[in-house]
Amino acid sequence: MAKNKEETVLITKDGIRHDGRKREDLREISFDVGVLDRADGSCLIQWGRNKILAAVYGPRELHPKHMQMPGQAYIRCEYRMATFSVPDRKSPAPKRREKEISKLLGEALNPALFTYLYPRSVIDVFIEVLQADGGTRCAAITAASLALADAGIPMRDLVTGVAAGNLSDKIVLDLDDVEDKEGLGDLPIAYLPNLEKVVLLQSDGIFTPDQYKEALDMLVPACKKIYQLQRKAITDKYSQINEAVQKDIEAEEKDKPAKDKKKAEDSKAKDDKKAKKADDGKKSKASDKEEKKKKGLKKSSKKKDDKKQASKEKEAKKD
Amino acid sequence: MPILIKDRSMVTPREAIAEGDFSIGSNVYRREKKVVSQVIGLVTIKDNFVSVVPLKGKYLPRVGDLVIGKVTDVSLSTWIVDIASPYPGVMRTSTSLARRFDPIKDKTRKIFDVGEVIVAKVFSFDRTRDPMLTVRSDNRGGGNSPYLGKLVGGRVIDVSPSKIPRLIGRRGSMISTIKHYTNCKMIVGQNGRVWFKGNNFEDELLVLRAIQKIDREAHTTGLTDRIKNFLEEAKKNMPTPSKEKQSDKEKRSEKKS
Repeated sequence: MAKNKEETVLITKDGIRHDGRKREDLREISFDVGVLDRADGSCLIQWGRNKILAAVYGPRELHPKHMQMPGQAYIRCEYRMATFSVPDRKSPAPKRREKEISKLLGEALNPALFTYLYPRSVIDVFIEVLQADGGTRCAAITAASLALADAGIPMRDLVTGVAAGNLSDKIVLDLDDVEDKEGLGDLPIAYLPNLEKVVLLQSDGIFTPDQYKEALDMLVPACKKIYQLQRKAITDKYSQINEAVQKDIEAEEKDKPAKDKKKAEDSKAKDDKKAKKADDGKKSKASDKEEKKKKGLKKSSKKKDDKKQASKEKEAKKD
Repeated sequence: MPILIKDRSMVTPREAIAEGDFSIGSNVYRREKKVVSQVIGLVTIKDNFVSVVPLKGKYLPRVGDLVIGKVTDVSLSTWIVDIASPYPGVMRTSTSLARRFDPIKDKTRKIFDVGEVIVAKVFSFDRTRDPMLTVRSDNRGGGNSPYLGKLVGGRVIDVSPSKIPRLIGRRGSMISTIKHYTNCKMIVGQNGRVWFKGNNFEDELLVLRAIQKIDREAHTTGLTDRIKNFLEEAKKNMPTPSKEKQSDKEKRSEKKS
């Protein structure tokens, strides 16, 4: 096994990686905003072979009460990996790694939110990794910030995350699982693209100072690129709804003249019927309906009369 | 002072709306001389005033709001009421009842019990304390203030609190339209809860559908007229309830035979 691992070429001399990407290429990213009905906000992100679901509940009441903060909302973030998210079944018990990432992501989301608007409450962020393929924490925070925006929670900025890595002394962007495990180093960041602030920075492995700078120079533009995708995902979702509504409205308005015509015809039919009361041989379906309605009306009016009478009687009794 | 975005267009968090000396309303903030949105929502620009109407979000209590809540807890002198906001509503016997409350004779549970739905008014709220509710109407001026107290029967649905102004309409035009066509009683809470009670199931269903339609199309213009048309059409196509029941019974008897 060990020999095999050495044989996998992570990056060629031309700068082509094991999955055919170039050094600064990202994997394909797609978002699905508002996928959960019962959550206040949610987002499913598919980042390469990562599939991560983020759900936001709140702001809501925080229990136990001693955890409430008088000046701001508490952000309770929970990162969890499904047992089936990795090739070898992961034990469902939360491990040190998951607890650490939960804390980290919560703290990274905090500066992006106006927490002081909701004192004494809690904003719950649940992140469930359904399928993992390297860089889950970056994908998770990207999804979580969209879920927060979807929940209508006031935000300073969206949060985006990407990782850079060191593959045999070449700095590359967005490591996948193999590169993460076989490479020399991993450097994930989370970034506020408009405020140009780094909210999470970890590094694991070997980087020279020059490589570190190179990595950061690659990461920032990548974050801004991902930010555009995020923004598009939100605007697309709501503009889709708007378009659907607009279509319905237009359809309604098209129907309207037709219905008006029908009405006119119906009323004509009515008049005709009045004239031809004597000969009730052939009846069109439309006129049939009309008659039914008339009957209904009569009935209801009768009913009303009955009720009136009843009430009158009651009153009389009272007197 | 350029305006960077068209009125009534959609913005995302941290999207600049205008630059310069604008007075700002809700859900926007200033950053480097720019007016920036905090939420996903629709921009409203009126003269010099910029604000954003959010598409989603939780209800934040405001003093004077009429809210519909569900009693979740009862103690000797207080009720805790869920009002669909981050904070629970607190209602005390001393400040909320029209008549005197004698803690020896009277029992809080007999007035409002857990699970009951009430309309109440928020009479105090700030960042440090939970919202205080009351069902005592301040009828001192002799004006017709809205009904406060227990709601018996009917149905309650939740809509997005940011769409409540549309549901009420200008001077209550939307509500009165719905009431007119369906003969339903209807109370709209500022917290996004709507209570309604009709004479029959069909009417209630119609109200429900109308409310859902408003919730979906809240951002469009000419909504009141469209709701009017919708109700008119639906009312016409509705079979009279008594008839339907009869036909159902007939069908059943046929099946039996």
